[in-house]
Amino acid sequence: MDLRELYQEVILDHGKNPRNHRLPEPYNREGRGYNPLCGDKITLRLQLDGEKITDVGFIGQGCAISQASCSTMTEAIKGKTVREAEALFEKFHAMVTGEGGDDVESLGKLAVFAGVREFPMRVKCATLGWHTLNQALHRGSGQVTTE
Amino acid sequence: MVTPVRPEALDVGRLRGDFPALRQEVHGKPLVYLDSAATSLKPQSVIDTVADVYARDCANIHRAVHLLSQRATARYEQARDKVRRFVNAARKTEIIFTRGTTEAINLVAQSWGRTHLREGDEVLITELEHHSNIVPWQIVCQQTGAKLVVVPMTDQGQVFVEDFERKLCDRTKLAAISHVSNALGTILPVQAMTRLAHQRGALVLIDGAQAVPHVTVDVQALDCDFYAFSGHKLYGPTGIGALYGKERLLDGMPPYHGGGDMIRSVSFEETIYNDLPYKFEAGTPNIAGAIGLGEAIDYFGSFEPEAVHRHEAAVLRYGTEALESIPGVRLVGTAPDKTAVLSFLMEAAHPHDVGTIVDAEGVAIRTGHHCAQPVMEHFGVAATARASLGIYNTTEDIDALVRALHKVKELFG
Repeated sequence: MDLRELYQEVILDHGKNPRNHRLPEPYNREGRGYNPLCGDKITLRLQLDGEKITDVGFIGQGCAISQASCSTMTEAIKGKTVREAEALFEKFHAMVTGEGGDDVESLGKLAVFAGVREFPMRVKCATLGWHTLNQALHRGSGQVTTE
Repeated sequence: MVTPVRPEALDVGRLRGDFPALRQEVHGKPLVYLDSAATSLKPQSVIDTVADVYARDCANIHRAVHLLSQRATARYEQARDKVRRFVNAARKTEIIFTRGTTEAINLVAQSWGRTHLREGDEVLITELEHHSNIVPWQIVCQQTGAKLVVVPMTDQGQVFVEDFERKLCDRTKLAAISHVSNALGTILPVQAMTRLAHQRGALVLIDGAQAVPHVTVDVQALDCDFYAFSGHKLYGPTGIGALYGKERLLDGMPPYHGGGDMIRSVSFEETIYNDLPYKFEAGTPNIAGAIGLGEAIDYFGSFEPEAVHRHEAAVLRYGTEALESIPGVRLVGTAPDKTAVLSFLMEAAHPHDVGTIVDAEGVAIRTGHHCAQPVMEHFGVAATARASLGIYNTTEDIDALVRALHKVKELFG
């Protein structure tokens, strides 16, 4: 088992220095994510202009995988439409659970999380930010847990 | 760097051969098992005993007249007597088999608590309790209007007798306290606490889940009213544990579950309950588990308790010094009186990442909140990494952990 497959440089970098690590103002969507297994917590805020995600940021604490995943997610979805963000989540989820095909190229930088599929106990870490996004987009408020 | 002194050996090399789980590789590395506070590994004799019950004496107990049932019943009751001797209870009627510590505590909370607690009464616990010694009391407090009061712990993870005494009052009806903290390893002064509680007229339940494999338990010397523990942390099977309770208290308590075996006679008008301990053992119990627990007690009892304690204390001391000597590693829980647990944090990485990386090196530790979120809250963290010891662990296991932690530092820089 090669840990470098999991802890790629990009992940270590984003884990240590998460991008968009702030709560944007103004915002019109917010989600809170919690992983009871490891205690990881994030708060994610978005500004939607119609269908378009014009701003996004998060604060939180947790393991390198959860924080890096959330950080790369914010980079990936900024400027995208809600529908495009959802399509990314679907592909990302399929990739980290090992249910996807080999179409990881369209995921761009997010493809660094492909190694997570070899670590089933860590899938929840990698998807915490995305589940929180999903909740912010569709349920408006409240908290999502990975359990 | 400090070079810790290696302890004198119990014949750990030989007894390691009793644990088949240790004869395996994980991720291509020999298994180093440092998670016995979650569950201990099982010796071959316990595994064989459980298999033998199903293979030979597979029958229900206290029921049929046939030979298999007689044998199963005899072995089950022998196991109860082994538990009695293990905790030094005076009578077999004071030993109730349960699914584990959690069920034992729930039994007391619901059976004793719902009967005796009134609005304004207080139940005293400590800040370092496992969730299983918090939530059952919260539930019964909600049901009865009683109040849950918490004795604080120090930043070293100690609970002082004086702080306990300060929280005791005439409204305190019961104190529920850990014998040993699962998250920190602190040994609590339960004997002194029990004496103080009794002086104020309160009963005492001790959660002994983490204590039984590491501390000699004598319920008569402790004079506690209830003592709960699990088999699976004592080298026994999962799904079996025991509650000790003083006979006069158990006698006055209503059944926890209704069903078969806990009755003397049933009609639609009236049911007469069975005698102790059967009143609290409704339904077909975990027969093989109980007999397996009896075998685990025999196995554990084949070692001189002093030698076990000395060995574990020496490995703990070695581990404490080894972890303290790694820059960027901080131990959580540093009470002078502790056993078998090394909870720690690394500057470089989150506990969950630490867990994954050391696992890849073959080292099994626990990461997370250890079902003791108030303890994590006290230290201002969401989780810790926890290495915990069993009878089979050696200083070489600690060395493997230390090497694995250096891998974490390499990777995370």
